[in-house]
Amino acid sequence: MIELIVADRCTDCGACIEVCPANVLDAGQGGLPVLARAEDCQTCFMCELYCRADAIYVAPDCDRRVAVSEAEVLASGRLGQYRKHSGWNEWAEHYPNEQWLMETVFRRAGEAAAQTRAVRPEGLGGKE
Amino acid sequence: MISSSLEELSLTTDVLIVGGGMAGAWAATSAAEAGAKVVLVDKGYCGTSGVTAAAGPGHWWVPPDPPAAREAAVTNRVASGLGLGEADWMYRILDQTWRTLPTLAGYYKFGADDEGRVNYRAVRGPEYMRALRQQVLSHGVTILDHSPVLELLARSDGSIGGARGQRRQDGGRAYQVEAGAVVLAAGGTSFLSHLLGSRTNTGDGYLMAAEAGAEMSGMEFTAAYTIAPAHSTMTRTMAYSFATYYDAAGHELDLPFGPDQTLRLARALQRGPVYCSLHRLPDDIKARLHTISPNVPLVFDRWGTDPYRDRFEVVLHNDGTIRGIGGVRVHDVDGTTSVPGLFVAGDNASREKVAGAISGGGNVNSAWALSSGVFAGRAAARLARGATRRGGRLRPLGREPRKGAKTVDLAALRDGVRSQMHPFDKNLFRTGDRLAASADVLEGLWTEMADHADKGTIASRETAALLATARWSVATAGARKESRGLHRREDFPSQDAGFATRLLSGGLDQVWVTADTTSVTAKAGRLEAAS
Repeated sequence: MIELIVADRCTDCGACIEVCPANVLDAGQGGLPVLARAEDCQTCFMCELYCRADAIYVAPDCDRRVAVSEAEVLASGRLGQYRKHSGWNEWAEHYPNEQWLMETVFRRAGEAAAQTRAVRPEGLGGKE
Repeated sequence: MISSSLEELSLTTDVLIVGGGMAGAWAATSAAEAGAKVVLVDKGYCGTSGVTAAAGPGHWWVPPDPPAAREAAVTNRVASGLGLGEADWMYRILDQTWRTLPTLAGYYKFGADDEGRVNYRAVRGPEYMRALRQQVLSHGVTILDHSPVLELLARSDGSIGGARGQRRQDGGRAYQVEAGAVVLAAGGTSFLSHLLGSRTNTGDGYLMAAEAGAEMSGMEFTAAYTIAPAHSTMTRTMAYSFATYYDAAGHELDLPFGPDQTLRLARALQRGPVYCSLHRLPDDIKARLHTISPNVPLVFDRWGTDPYRDRFEVVLHNDGTIRGIGGVRVHDVDGTTSVPGLFVAGDNASREKVAGAISGGGNVNSAWALSSGVFAGRAAARLARGATRRGGRLRPLGREPRKGAKTVDLAALRDGVRSQMHPFDKNLFRTGDRLAASADVLEGLWTEMADHADKGTIASRETAALLATARWSVATAGARKESRGLHRREDFPSQDAGFATRLLSGGLDQVWVTADTTSVTAKAGRLEAAS
């Protein structure tokens, strides 16, 4: 769930408020977005992708809130990691979209599984 | 147009699209290309809403040449669909997907493989949905984001003439759209599991279609589940094709990659926690996982877990009708429903005729979302153009509480839906007795909902939709006294030729189930009529 918006980085562009499909954020009094309905967060990481300031940290935990230290997150290099690896915006030329490899992986897995079956025709003891 | 935040926003258009995920965005584009004025409304944000945006759809993709390749693909799918699929519908979506997907190249940078060949079929969700939004906007479509629909509006003859809802980032201001035709592309539902991107997919489109008089089909096929690291939403399966599983004592489990893997995993999870290692993933894929599916390694990295060395706990999240099958019954591949003026597309529609009785996985489901969107948008535009505006009053179809509004614990009702639709012993390994018990529980929850819940809030409408969908699913699963594809009955473990038919369901206060009497094979003429 979304746990942190780093105030020093946030430019108050409002993108996270607009793109959040679950309407978790509101515009705050001081300009910064506030986590008005964090419990509605669906842990989809979309706000991170659309945050050009890399100010947002979403913890992978979808069913529990976790304590997040701003200092630790800043030091971890994880802010902006998803946007970077996705090749968004200024990262477009640095990180290629290799989604096309997906089918290759499934095919190789199928071949590997078939080979295992061929080597051990009775399986590993088979039935549950 | 917007004069006061208190005044209702009122729009008039040819075609209204409800839902801005993959199917809705393609429908909006195709309706606009057909010359219609189009309004698209989304509960969240067209571009991030829905299950496509956070995932990576691989479309069912078979080029037309050589023709034998498509024949083989369709023949295989008809066989694996176990009697409920229809070859002509499969050909239609294969062809439409192949024609349409590359047209997005102006907005989406399709990947090229290591030999430089462009790959169209596998796209990355966030970029794909961002591209679809740009395409929709460039076609002059009006998008209302954060504008959940509360109910459909009917004309005096029962045909659908629009919808009304709330603008939730504009103080909850009411809005109404009057339209010549409406396309429901509001998604399916995972019954609020943690399936990635599915939180707002609560089956609203099913409820609204039922209120308009439409039937459902294939609602028994909700027993699909997808693996994820425990406590995460990351239901992306590619890396698990090389997974190794262990029980709590550290013994390796026999869960080979293949069609029975999910069932075996569910059985293992019934016995206790299951742990996983991805050490067998080939090194070249490990090195590129962050540029194939960037959100997959992100989860492990943030937890400080090395998935190639450490063992991490895994769970299964229910897919409901999202990777399952059911939805509003469609009479034609263009999303025509039993209700004049109402079309459905994507997960909002039943996919039985293209997927059969098994999950459409990513590929058939994506091809269906795209194609049914394109077809429905076009058909809705045609209907809206031909319709003469009658002007008359529009009647809201949402239902008032039967015994008067009072405070209802909606969260408890939603938990009740989860408690019947997620456990393996209730929804995956089914028996007549347990289904009957679930039906009783859901009936009680529905009574509370229908008697007292105010129809004026989105939370209330979502809860009603979840309950209605769960009741149809459980009732249909109870009626199908056999096992077929995704539907497994422990008390009827075999397939029964007498059930080689689709089951329709519907009803709000009184749920009903009946066999679809339009035979699976009686489709002569439909193909030509549709082309």
